[in-house]
Amino acid sequence: MKLSRDTLLCLALFALVGVVYLRFPEFASPASLLGVFNDTSILIILALGQMAVILTRCIDLSMASNLALVGMCTAMVNSAVPGIPIPLLVVMAMLLGAVLGSLNGILVWKLDIPPIVVTLGTLTIFRGIIFLISDGQWVNAHEMSPSFKALPRLSLFGLPMLSWVALLSIVCMYVLLNRTQLGRAFYAVGGNPNAAVYTGIDVGRSRFNAFVLSGALSGIAGYLWVSRYAVAYVDIASGFELDVVAACVIGGISIAGGMGSVAGAVLGALFLGVIKNALPVVNISPFWQQAISGSAIIVAVIFNARSERRLGRIILKQAEQT
Amino acid sequence: MKKTTTLLTAAVLGGAMALSPVHADDMRIALVVKALGIGFFEAAAKGAEEAAAELGGVEIIYTGPTDTTAEGQIEVINSLIAQKVDAIAISANDQDALVPALKKAMSRGITVISWDSGVAQEGRQMHLNPSSNSLIGNMIVKMAADQLPDGGDVAVLSASATATNQNIWIEEMNKVVGNYKGINVVATVYGDDLSDKSYREAQGLMSSHPDLKAIIAPSTVAIVAASQAVSDAGKTGEILVTGLGLPSEMAGHVESGASKSFAIWNPIDLGYAATMISYNLAKGEATASAGGEIGMGRLGSVTLSDTLDGAMSDPFVYDASNINDFKDIF
Repeated sequence: MKLSRDTLLCLALFALVGVVYLRFPEFASPASLLGVFNDTSILIILALGQMAVILTRCIDLSMASNLALVGMCTAMVNSAVPGIPIPLLVVMAMLLGAVLGSLNGILVWKLDIPPIVVTLGTLTIFRGIIFLISDGQWVNAHEMSPSFKALPRLSLFGLPMLSWVALLSIVCMYVLLNRTQLGRAFYAVGGNPNAAVYTGIDVGRSRFNAFVLSGALSGIAGYLWVSRYAVAYVDIASGFELDVVAACVIGGISIAGGMGSVAGAVLGALFLGVIKNALPVVNISPFWQQAISGSAIIVAVIFNARSERRLGRIILKQAEQT
Repeated sequence: MKKTTTLLTAAVLGGAMALSPVHADDMRIALVVKALGIGFFEAAAKGAEEAAAELGGVEIIYTGPTDTTAEGQIEVINSLIAQKVDAIAISANDQDALVPALKKAMSRGITVISWDSGVAQEGRQMHLNPSSNSLIGNMIVKMAADQLPDGGDVAVLSASATATNQNIWIEEMNKVVGNYKGINVVATVYGDDLSDKSYREAQGLMSSHPDLKAIIAPSTVAIVAASQAVSDAGKTGEILVTGLGLPSEMAGHVESGASKSFAIWNPIDLGYAATMISYNLAKGEATASAGGEIGMGRLGSVTLSDTLDGAMSDPFVYDASNINDFKDIF
């Protein structure tokens, strides 16, 4: 019997929670697990955006910087104009994120620069801009309006708004990828760009759209991050882009493009989220923590590589072996 | 070219001075900072003025470059030498680059000390540290103990596991923790100076140690994240957050009650002490020698080590009563 990769990952996730449960039973309580989901929400949102980009055979390394820049902007706007309605601010964050994402998209689409180079560049550019606009100063908790900080914590049917935003993103992304032309184009472009062109899909434009999407999600995540931790400074979420890529890789999104599911990205993010939340309570040396997170990624990649090979696309290799 | 610039600066500064009522016999002490326009140093200048008013017959020249460079400070020092000030108290942008300029100042009979950020020993007569590792280590646990008269479990949330400063402070803290009755350090965890990781580690501490009474965070990122985690968990009042932080960053969390008190140097005291020491050295009322003591007015006196540096005082404790005076300063 061959289990699908998502089922397998789901089982691995349960096993992981089980292992933590043995050492710290309280971790598996519903309240604690909901807490883990809530804590992982931002990673899930970003992983969904990253997934769209990776599906088109690109990569967006600038997501965390985009998040930080948008976060700083919203925090500064909020501290300058405390009366601004928060929903308006969230829409602004999303639009600003989308604009930053479109910058990546334009460079990839019109100038045909490799996405890894483009987004490495914008990664540092966005960080630099944060420094310029903030002058290296922090925006602190007392400078933010209470409603600005309250939104992600607002409880609705027992779940904080932060979790609801993640759930909403998951649903939207599922519909987008499976039920719309745009979403199917992402798969087509990544699966086989040449074939996609013959079916009338504009490869460059699809990639551009994917970058705008990931930018918009980064923007929303930017507001959520800053209001959740009630502080904005140059270095927030520094290095977080790697967690996002790792979540996608663990979730079985193929770096070669064209393969992956929403469930995979979410499970991948949750897998990392469980590890991140479990390590502090099981009392493991901080030096081991990083090694454990790293090993989980490698194991996942080995798994993915093996399952991709099982499709048997390379016939010649088998011939060589005989 | 350099010389003319220096002369010009001196002339301009001299001109400016002629306008203010200065007595010829006033002692002139220059407070040189890393860069102008930084709240921390503006506050130090306030302390220096306080010392000058207390001493009488002292004029403070508060100066520094417009950006934090050693070159800028060297120009400032040269112009101060040209003005024949009596003393220079400097917070250095570079430990070694300023030494030649400061040596020149000393050879002209100017008293030179460094404070906050030091210069190499040959470039100054003494260096004033805001505090010392052992005083900091003691203070972070004392603040927790003061709020916990019956003792209880406390945990440390630090920066990264390899952060030198934090490790020394925690080590010093563990040495003296026995002096505080009932205080029990149950864990030391690391947030790597990342908001999200620190937040998560704070949550972890709360769930794995149900009897936790306080989180001690000797890092500015960690103390903010821990305060937020405690108030989000609804444990404000049950679990106390303390440690080292900046008033501007902590104001909101002191207001919410997640943190009752935290510590960091007091820049006003630092400027005050640097001025007092400069005055005493320039007047010849004290000499900078190993083991020697130099008076610092209301702050007592500083004892110099073999490398001619000394610690001003315990870190200054900020709480609801004084945070509003400081939150706009630094």
